[in-house]
Amino acid sequence: MSVKGKELTLISPDGRRLDGRRPDDIRELKIKAGILENAGGSAYVELGNTKIYAAVYGPREVHPRHLALPNRAVIRCRYHMTPFSVEERKSPAPTRREIELSKVIRESLTPAIIVEQFPFSAIDIFIEVINADGSTRCASIIAASVALASAGIPMKDLVAACSVGKINGVLVLDVTDVEDKNGEVDMSFAMMPNRNEITLLQLDGVLSLEEIERAISMTSKACKEIYEKQKSALKEKYIELRKAVEEGART
Amino acid sequence: MMPKLKRQEIVDLLSSGRRIDGRGLEELRALEIRCRTVKNAEGSAEVRLGKTLAIAGVKTSVGTPFADTPNMGVMIVNAEFLPIASPTFEPGPPDENAIELARVIDRGLRRAGMIDLEQLCIVPGKAVWEVWIDIYALNHDGNLMDASALAAVASILTAEMPKAMVNEKGEVMINKSEKQKLPIKSIPITVTIAKIGDKLVADPSLDEEEVADAFLTATFVKDNVCAIQKRGEKSLTAEETLRALQIARQRARELLKIVKEVVGSG
Amino acid sequence: MPIYVKDWDLVVPGEVLAEGDYVAGPYVYKEGNKLFATVIGIAEIKRGVIRVVPLQGPYIPKVGDVVIGIVVDYLPTAYVLDINSSYKAILQVAEILPPQKEVNALAEDLSKYLDVGDVVVCKVVRFDKYSDVVVSCKGKELGKIADGRLIKVSPAKIPRLIGRKGSMINLIKRETGCKMMIGQNGFIWIKGKDPASEVLTEKVIRKIDEEAHISGLTQRVQVMLQSEKRG
Repeated sequence: MSVKGKELTLISPDGRRLDGRRPDDIRELKIKAGILENAGGSAYVELGNTKIYAAVYGPREVHPRHLALPNRAVIRCRYHMTPFSVEERKSPAPTRREIELSKVIRESLTPAIIVEQFPFSAIDIFIEVINADGSTRCASIIAASVALASAGIPMKDLVAACSVGKINGVLVLDVTDVEDKNGEVDMSFAMMPNRNEITLLQLDGVLSLEEIERAISMTSKACKEIYEKQKSALKEKYIELRKAVEEGART
Repeated sequence: MMPKLKRQEIVDLLSSGRRIDGRGLEELRALEIRCRTVKNAEGSAEVRLGKTLAIAGVKTSVGTPFADTPNMGVMIVNAEFLPIASPTFEPGPPDENAIELARVIDRGLRRAGMIDLEQLCIVPGKAVWEVWIDIYALNHDGNLMDASALAAVASILTAEMPKAMVNEKGEVMINKSEKQKLPIKSIPITVTIAKIGDKLVADPSLDEEEVADAFLTATFVKDNVCAIQKRGEKSLTAEETLRALQIARQRARELLKIVKEVVGSG
Repeated sequence: MPIYVKDWDLVVPGEVLAEGDYVAGPYVYKEGNKLFATVIGIAEIKRGVIRVVPLQGPYIPKVGDVVIGIVVDYLPTAYVLDINSSYKAILQVAEILPPQKEVNALAEDLSKYLDVGDVVVCKVVRFDKYSDVVVSCKGKELGKIADGRLIKVSPAKIPRLIGRKGSMINLIKRETGCKMMIGQNGFIWIKGKDPASEVLTEKVIRKIDEEAHISGLTQRVQVMLQSEKRG
């Protein structure tokens, strides 16, 4: 949806964005872990209106066999958007964008997985975008890390992610679709928050080196807050059950 | 499969500030750019970066604009890693690496505004110039990304396309005998830095790519960055990222001078 | 030397558990001065060693493990078993033959002893992560299972199901009168005197699976078994 030719106040004089957020506010983030029964691990994420399911299968046998690695697990990732996730129906066939994002998301999660534990095996990560409103790859990474952890796959850290945009010269966090299409910059960023290591960095748009440094600092802070939400989501059902037992609600 | 011995050799040399081919950490390989090598293409360039060889071709045609940009020409970038370039490349449609390369270079060109797409409008909403940039890897000895990006840029800078005009009936007539250059607004330069252990090296060779933990590719236009792509299965710290960008920017400035010289001279 | 967790605390990957001279136990790694958890689980601190007991996770075969597998394929002289792992298990026909029999493996008709779909209790005799798991049925209580029911739980919960020195599993066997075999790979075989006792045992196993992270489980299981028997 492009609104060229129509004046869009993406950011008001007092710094409020279209949805009322301040530049360094991220949208409301809801995370549910373990919601798909059959998958080894799973998660559902809502980042504003961006809605994502992530599922993990494995470690399991690699088919075809010749793709297996003798000293570590093979990580495979499929990022896919449902046809109804965008305003104009998108064909279900994988697009070049989905192929690139599948690679980029895989490379953002692999650094966190202790792959040496599972030689000759594959760990499959599936991401399905149900509704797209900007920052889908970041929301996907948030979901996929939770799914991997809920599967009990050993990881050095979770991976949290948050995008940065630039509107009228102002750096903003967590861009929506409108902000992405009409703003000047779209930067995708993911990191292992307890290790301070960047696992995803893409920039599409013009930034000075100084702005990049500032953007990284802004989004790193947001990623640490996102990690706390991922942590709560993973612990949620266990803590609720523990509370119920301690209150004697169960025999 | 790289023998462990070689892997160790590369890493050990790096710890004393040297590279396996004798280069300095931030040094690029020997660069050769040849333009206008393909007569049938509107633009073309072959780039040799060390032993890596990539060729880019520009073709133009008249087409319809996208609905949401009725006054702008269309630019499409494609890339293929030919099986002749490496024993590891198999015939077939572009794989994720080729697709990624094409999209990264596309973003660099587009965000730098290299081609002034508004100048490529013939009849608003109806007819515009389409610029097809096709990149082919011919020999892979590391850093196909930068070689391909240079080839794309050089082919665009030296391209000569026909002129188009609209006759009284409103039809678009293409005049092949009258040539024009593509409307250029800027020259983006792409540089890739590889991280090996805690060392950052510019323009990784094939051996270095196999050992590297991660890569940072950045496209520069007028000292600013217009595209970045982190690649690889490991991570980078913020400090390494910013340091890599500094190194890349230095190399980009030098490459820009070389490109201008080559293109200027013919 | 700061420590940020205590026994029974729920932790997730990347959580910093402590800093300083602690030793990293299973599912914990140390980098620089910090100790990090690698899985979702319960923290356990004992004599300066910090470990995490996972609540989820795949089964990683270990020599000596008793596992329950399902026959899925034949090789010329062996059966291929699915043991709920990314590695298949190989059971040579010689390892399931009655002890006195002379073995000419190639001449044997494999389907005489086991069919595809049969359930087998066996022991892991060899595994080095780079090749398939080798199992054997030579031993007491190992071999084909013909009746009873099979229950699947997360392999991570098996230690809890067994309990310290078998305290939990012995409690269940005693109270329900069921025969039980526990596979380290997450499969449990039970056979009771009647369906009711099997249903009860399965209920107890599910409870342990769900409440493994809450202390006092043995007591709760005891209470449950006694009240179910009365009611």
